Amino acid sequence: MDIATVKEYLKSYDGPQCTIMEVCGTHTATISQNGIPDMLSDKIRLISGPGCPVCVTVAAYIDRLLELALTQNTTVVTFGDMIRVRGTKLSLSDASAMGASVKTVYSPFEIIELAKADTGRNFVFAAVGFETTAPVYALIIERLINDNIKNVKLLTAIKTMPEAIRTVFAKNGKITGFLAPGHVSIITGYELFLDLAKKLQVPFVVSGFSGEELLLSVYALTKLKGGQALNMYTSVVTTEGNERAKEKLLKYFKITDAPWRGMGIIKNSGMVLKEEYGEFDAGSQNLISDSMYNSACKCADVISGMLSPCECPLFGGVCTPENPQGACMVSAKGACFHHYVNKRL
Amino acid sequence: MKITMAHGSGGRATSGLIENIFKKANSNPVLDAMEDSAVVDGDNKIAITTDSFVVTPLFYSGGDIGRLSVCGTVNDLLMRGAVPKYITSAYIIEEGADTEVLERIAVSMSKTAKEANVCLVCGDTKVIEGSGGIYINTTGVGFVKDGTDIKSSNCKAGDKIIVSGNMGDHHAAVLSHRMGIKNSIKSDNAPLNEMVLGMLENKIRIHALRDITRGGLGTVLNELSRSSDKCFLINEADIPVSDEVKSFSQILGLNIMHMGNEGKLVAVVDAEDADIALSVIRNSKYGEDAKIIGTVTEGNGVIMNTKIGGRRVVLELIGEGLPRIC
Repeated sequence: MDIATVKEYLKSYDGPQCTIMEVCGTHTATISQNGIPDMLSDKIRLISGPGCPVCVTVAAYIDRLLELALTQNTTVVTFGDMIRVRGTKLSLSDASAMGASVKTVYSPFEIIELAKADTGRNFVFAAVGFETTAPVYALIIERLINDNIKNVKLLTAIKTMPEAIRTVFAKNGKITGFLAPGHVSIITGYELFLDLAKKLQVPFVVSGFSGEELLLSVYALTKLKGGQALNMYTSVVTTEGNERAKEKLLKYFKITDAPWRGMGIIKNSGMVLKEEYGEFDAGSQNLISDSMYNSACKCADVISGMLSPCECPLFGGVCTPENPQGACMVSAKGACFHHYVNKRL
Repeated sequence: MKITMAHGSGGRATSGLIENIFKKANSNPVLDAMEDSAVVDGDNKIAITTDSFVVTPLFYSGGDIGRLSVCGTVNDLLMRGAVPKYITSAYIIEEGADTEVLERIAVSMSKTAKEANVCLVCGDTKVIEGSGGIYINTTGVGFVKDGTDIKSSNCKAGDKIIVSGNMGDHHAAVLSHRMGIKNSIKSDNAPLNEMVLGMLENKIRIHALRDITRGGLGTVLNELSRSSDKCFLINEADIPVSDEVKSFSQILGLNIMHMGNEGKLVAVVDAEDADIALSVIRNSKYGEDAKIIGTVTEGNGVIMNTKIGGRRVVLELIGEGLPRIC
């Protein structure tokens, strides 16, 4: 079937109501940037899921980062997205103005060079992310050990997808299919989502990231039945995934229960450094408290697909990218940010 | 030699700096007279603009702060249909700056002024405490012919929207330099005299012109849309961007619509003149990749028809963008 036929089908689709969740934040971005919602019939609704690492991080974690950044002789090193997310009260950006030491990087490996150049200072990386980013943190630990670097620690909030997807599916009740997280699948492999499809009796499609690939994947999800799954990103996603990355990850990290913004603690949905590597941990355990900066913020419901960003009472008024109240409006992968910036017609 | 506070004293060290660097790089009768102000010939309608340049790094692939400080001001004059004539330059130099660096900047400024056909008529130098930074302010004066009325509020429904070349080059070049990424991306840093004056000579009915600098095309189109109370309908597939900048922006998650340039313009012209305008721009220096990207319609906002056939609203740049790009 050619792409023109797929487009025609999706625009005129008149079957049972489809509610499809894109789990991955980069898919959320692509969907908005390509204007895909405008190409679908009213009977196909796309909703964003818990696939933005910054969005699912709880306030206690940000508060701990602030505490570290304000500690004498300590620099917090982070991806840019994290800078403006507020914890209970303040963000790293606020703390920076108060004299905290915060450095933004594009690659986590930059912390190694920073630490070597200033051995008298302690550096802490804000190690948030999913299965995709986590192997990089494993490689950093390996470098720290091999190069005998003593002034770097990680504050981890590593999450894993399957149990979060299961929780969202149980809570939402309307989801008829999932666009599986593409980047995560590269590491975990397609089989993880095939297994999940069977267990939850809802279809999964592993999708690529171009507009056309997403249209084809949405098309597939209108056709698949519960328990079926399809890998449509075969150029990089294999059935078993990246064994080497998984192996590295499990060498340094172990599976644990993890707190998700608005969803509470989900069993076996995160990873922490194993006890024997505890010296590299900057106090990542027990950062559970999830009190929102603005109690009217509906980020939690947005992340689980219960509400569309524009259904939040703060959206576009009190809460804008210039003055974000919740993480979903801060992150370049956040659902609210994309709804605002690439306004859907 | 390093710049010291003495170079800003107004005394002998200052005149030495002016003699050895600025006068060597730029010489003409008005400037050489070294009077307190320049007295120059003029026409009836005068366009004036001023701009300060704080770009870091001072030198990047395709340009430097000297070239930038001339192009930025010259292009601002051109965007009102003015013929750029005179330019001033004021340097604020932090102590510790290298005189060789200063000389390279002054020479680059002089070359660019010649290219842009403007006469550098006066200047100033101040030295402040710091660590070797250099900042430049330039003011430009140009003359507007009778009957020329180019302004943002003039856009009319039916007008065609032309951009003069690839988006994002300057932004990507500066960012590559800062991040230490090696690639062949060059800044588009250029004066746009030839294409603008060419359109004026060809009697193109230009309704509005804007150079696409900080904030990128998305921001400029939103400003035009607001000023003229019209809708700007554009086609993603027609927006010119080089393959290298496209890949660069994808890797770093940058939005082409919000990446800055320093040698590109948007022209909003009468639909009947659009094809000639496009050919004038394409035949000019720096305009070969120009494209018609859309149409002005009744309504408001900027709406993009995406490549795959969807539609979305394009907002102006929100947040910080890339600081110290110009």
